[in-house]
Amino acid sequence: MPDAPYLLAATAVSAAVTWALRALPFTALKRLRSSGTVQYLSARMPAGVMVILFVYCLRDLPLTEPRAAAPLTALAVTAGLHLWRRNALLSILAGTTVNVALCGLVFTG
Amino acid sequence: MGLGLIPLGLALGMLITQTGLPWWCASLFTAVVYAGSFEFMLVGLAAAAAPLATVALTALLVNVRHIFYALSFPLHRVNGRLAKGYSTFALTDEAYALATGAQARSWSGARMLWLQGLLHLYWVGGATAGALLGSLLPGSVAGLDFALTALFTVLALDAVGERRRDLSTPVLALLSALVARLLFPGELLLAAFALFTAALLMQRRARGGSTCHA
Repeated sequence: MPDAPYLLAATAVSAAVTWALRALPFTALKRLRSSGTVQYLSARMPAGVMVILFVYCLRDLPLTEPRAAAPLTALAVTAGLHLWRRNALLSILAGTTVNVALCGLVFTG
Repeated sequence: MGLGLIPLGLALGMLITQTGLPWWCASLFTAVVYAGSFEFMLVGLAAAAAPLATVALTALLVNVRHIFYALSFPLHRVNGRLAKGYSTFALTDEAYALATGAQARSWSGARMLWLQGLLHLYWVGGATAGALLGSLLPGSVAGLDFALTALFTVLALDAVGERRRDLSTPVLALLSALVARLLFPGELLLAAFALFTAALLMQRRARGGSTCHA
């Protein structure tokens, strides 16, 4: 396990990058607003980024092994529930609960 | 709506101690980094003692979307340097969604600031409680990390649903991610973002100025 100095450094680096991304654009608002490219990207980036992060989460899914059934079932529950009820919290908690239950009860060892 | 952060924070906190990180990481990450989805990824990176450059790059890629929040977040209503500083620091997805929603049009800067502080508090409190709870549980709970997958599933469905007529964006993003997964599995995020951005820029060029300057 990593030591405390590393954890503090990782936190500091993450915080600096995140805050910079949130604060710096306000200093260049005029230029950002007048740029057609920025407008084009800003309309499409958020949806695309989420799709990419979604794939990233599933990058190590062992598709050919039976233990992939737990996350795949949980994924179906999450997506299905979300398309039906549109309640983010409900979908996330239900999906995670299903995955934990399947991992713990069915696919142990 | 902000109360939803508490159970999510609990899940993050439990994941932190179950992964083997000390419980105070939950308070530290949530208070200082304060970027929900990235913090879930940070747990994995920190547990593997990933190089700081990798941590910085991942933070950049996961949070790059925040650049665009400045275009519509009403920061001009918040007065004072310190308050403005905090407001940008706490400009999370939830804060952005609330402050730019229809009901927020009449909100004062002070009200927005209070709301951001409250969301922050829920998040830190939930995660800290979750971490302590996770360290009390005997053994480990397998499969908790699915919370991150579920989070992005929901965020992707919502974001894609908001752009009903625009099928090319999710398709381009999906293709970029799959190509990156096949060709550059070690640098999936970086490769996928680069491919996706390039694809969007080419698409804009192909469509010409007609859609933007009309």
